[in-house]
Amino acid sequence: MINMGPQHPSTHGVFRMVMAVDGEVVVDVEPHIGYLHRGSEKLAENELYVQVVTLFDRLDYISNLNNEMVFCRTVEKLMDLAIPERAEYLRIILCELNRVASHLLFVGTFGLDTGAMTPVMYTFREREKIQTMFEMVTGARMMHNYIRIGGVKNDVPKDFHRRMQDLISELRQGIDEADRLLSFNEIFLARTKGIGTITAEKAINYGMSGPSLRASGVPMDIRKDEPYSLYDRFDFGIPIGENGDSWDRYYVRVEEMRQSLKIIEQAMEQISDGPTITSTRLVLRPPKGEVYVRGENPRGELGVYLVSDGTDKPYRVKVRPPSFCNLMALKELIKDTYIADSVVILGSLDIVLGEVDR
Amino acid sequence: MSLLDILKTVSAVMGVLTVLSVVVLSLTLLERKFIGRIQMRRGPNRVGPFGILQPVADAVKLVAKEDILPSWVDRGVYWVSPLVVFVPTFMIWVTIPVARDLVIRNMEMGLFYIIAFSVLSIVGLVSAGWASANKYAVIGGFRAAAQLVSYEIPIILSVLAIAMLAQSLNLEKIVDAQASLPYIFIQPLGAFLFFCAGLAELGRTPFDIHPAESEVVGGPYVEYSGAHWSVFFLAEYINTFAIAALVTLLFLGGWLFPGLPGNVAVTGVLVFLIKTYMVVLVIFWFRGTYPRLRIDQLMTLGWKILVPLAFLNVVITAVALFYGFPAIILGLISISILIGTFWVISIRMRTAPKPVYTVRLYDPTLEVLDAR
Repeated sequence: MINMGPQHPSTHGVFRMVMAVDGEVVVDVEPHIGYLHRGSEKLAENELYVQVVTLFDRLDYISNLNNEMVFCRTVEKLMDLAIPERAEYLRIILCELNRVASHLLFVGTFGLDTGAMTPVMYTFREREKIQTMFEMVTGARMMHNYIRIGGVKNDVPKDFHRRMQDLISELRQGIDEADRLLSFNEIFLARTKGIGTITAEKAINYGMSGPSLRASGVPMDIRKDEPYSLYDRFDFGIPIGENGDSWDRYYVRVEEMRQSLKIIEQAMEQISDGPTITSTRLVLRPPKGEVYVRGENPRGELGVYLVSDGTDKPYRVKVRPPSFCNLMALKELIKDTYIADSVVILGSLDIVLGEVDR
Repeated sequence: MSLLDILKTVSAVMGVLTVLSVVVLSLTLLERKFIGRIQMRRGPNRVGPFGILQPVADAVKLVAKEDILPSWVDRGVYWVSPLVVFVPTFMIWVTIPVARDLVIRNMEMGLFYIIAFSVLSIVGLVSAGWASANKYAVIGGFRAAAQLVSYEIPIILSVLAIAMLAQSLNLEKIVDAQASLPYIFIQPLGAFLFFCAGLAELGRTPFDIHPAESEVVGGPYVEYSGAHWSVFFLAEYINTFAIAALVTLLFLGGWLFPGLPGNVAVTGVLVFLIKTYMVVLVIFWFRGTYPRLRIDQLMTLGWKILVPLAFLNVVITAVALFYGFPAIILGLISISILIGTFWVISIRMRTAPKPVYTVRLYDPTLEVLDAR
């Protein structure tokens, strides 16, 4: 029996695994979660709708804007609220940028899990540029509260276009650099190729989504399947893996960053001037009813089920977090691998505990 | 032995200890600066000019820290283990010459002595892991022991080939034998094997399996803190320097350099240090570049690649010596075997059964309905 976590350098937060080991081989693993439980869903019932957005910032704390967008879309759908086109474009640009930032963090920490200490420096350098960009646009590095119900908080600064163009070309280079350093390294391949393989059928049955599912060869991406916002206006591909092993889960994300940059470039060309928020009141009272909205987060499908009783506070907010559902497959993946592999497999699922425990 | 002799020996040992401590301080700074540059950072630059006092500050900090003794440890073994690791790494230096006659005691069996002693420190790692009564530490300790059996044989065999060439186990004589041609040109295969296995002995990337930070969180060292941890640290860096020095002495011609007199101590030490630090930089470079191997992959590498190659190396060296082939022929055979090995490996990797290293781009406008 080995206890790994909640304080362990590579459990990516306060995750805890209790592994039964036979020498170096993991025979069985029991995941324990709940160390980061903050009761976000319950808290949301006591907050005004505009305040709930800040709670969603803190779910998946490395892709904040994506979370905000899903919740805002939920309320907008309930209220049947149309939002200005410029706001949609800004949302998409920032969300895709956030996706790149999130995947950059994944690539770096995945390198650390396999023992390579340099990629994390390269990817954090690139991520820092994105964070600076967010700070310029939203005023905060992490908990932005920028996407509001009915649009976005305010328009972007004047030199947004110019700086964005620089940022995109720099990111392209940075991603290529980290890719060259890590992706096809012999030792890295030996450590990740064929480790933690899951078939497409099993992945679907476990309820996996996002890059972890696409690595098994299932082309499921909500941005394509039921295009929300303006995603039907862009030309982009979905990277899918062949084997569903750790390496595929890693490389699907690397490719996804390139596709995200492609979306951002197209959005920057299409975006036109206009208002960025519809005039809404601070105290919203959506009509009675319930609604479920899902969006493609960096980690997979984030779904929000919202029940409104007509007051200014939600009656119930249920979150379907992608990390939590991806984590379901952990036992299946880790069984009968080595201790060193278990760390790699957990890393390849790319969980964020803020979202798992909520 | 007269009193003078004893005094002489004691002062020499103290001198070596001091010099080694300074070397370790320089190595830590060098490593942090060098890896910082690899990672596009500046490295330490706040303490003293260009951060050169950083190691001193670190050392003071480590000694000043509380030495935590967990209540469940086996005290005796726990306190002794750092010394068991440290003493052998230091004892090696008794017979490593840094220039002609600049050595505490030059032994006829020097190389044998070094190989024998360098193995001993593993006992300290295992006992440290065991005494800590921590599961990570135990796993780390046993990993160190498992590593030992897979890299020690290639080391011994590659050293054996050198001893056959030089017809001596005396390090000074081995260096003298390289006056015309350093052994790396005659024994490139042996140099490769020794360096690989040496990295494994050091437990440095890509073979840092027993202290693997992302898996067993420091392995045998996990329960140690303060001064006792720093003894482990000291031992690790002295070991790194020792392996680099051995590579220099056995393969790079030691203190000899074309055009420089081999008998002058000052230039000899300088040449030796430059060569050794170059090897150390290569070791640090590996650390900045490579991920870590898994323990079973290291065993596979050790038993299936390094050990057969090491035997082959000994055999061709013996054949070449017996029939009196010129050195250059031996060098050519050796390098061709080395290149051949890499070629076979690369062929095997290219024609592996299912080398799907690509990720397809899927455009759902074409076939999404069929796919789901």
